[in-house]
Amino acid sequence: MSETKKLSIIAFSGDFDKLTAVFTLATGAAAVGYEVNLFFTFWGLDAIKVKKGRSPVGQGFLPKLFGVMMGGLKAAPVSRLNFVGISPKIFRYLMRKKNVATPEELLEAARQLGINFYACEMAMHILGLQKSDFIPEVKDVIGVASFLNISEGGQTLFI
Amino acid sequence: MKTYKLDITAEKCPMTFVKTKIALNNMQQGDVLNVRLREGEPLENVPRSASEQGFNVLKIT
Repeated sequence: MSETKKLSIIAFSGDFDKLTAVFTLATGAAAVGYEVNLFFTFWGLDAIKVKKGRSPVGQGFLPKLFGVMMGGLKAAPVSRLNFVGISPKIFRYLMRKKNVATPEELLEAARQLGINFYACEMAMHILGLQKSDFIPEVKDVIGVASFLNISEGGQTLFI
Repeated sequence: MKTYKLDITAEKCPMTFVKTKIALNNMQQGDVLNVRLREGEPLENVPRSASEQGFNVLKIT
């Protein structure tokens, strides 16, 4: 067998469509034998919250306000033509109808495929989030140096 | 030695590969997975990626 190929994705966006791209690439790569690392930072952190809806997650008033305004994966807006949250519902409907996996289904597949989840320490600090606010698949809270170390020798994407 | 069945004809990328890989992960050495798939991308790539990962592709019919 050849040596393991590796894909690392910096998941910056909390948008529904971009997160769909993140999880599609990640699960697809893992399924064809890649080692996959997902590094969630800034709005991307919303995707890995335990609370999937709008909930006052975080320490302090502003983080809690952000938590309610942004919400988790189920509340993710689309990057274009969001129409105050109607579009993600339409997308979910179309995806189900056309049998395309939703971000939630892809996240579950990512868990089963043993994809590595990491959260960005700096962004968590700004947004007042703790490791316990995230799903248990989040392996570690790391910074730039650790991410570079983990992703070294593979392909890296920023979404 | 067990034989499992998986129908991914209704699946779209990446779930075609993903469901196959998850099924393979849950099997023991010597088990056989019978995959039903669509022509085009799944037929071209699912057997190829399985054999790249060290699985034995027994037959394509």
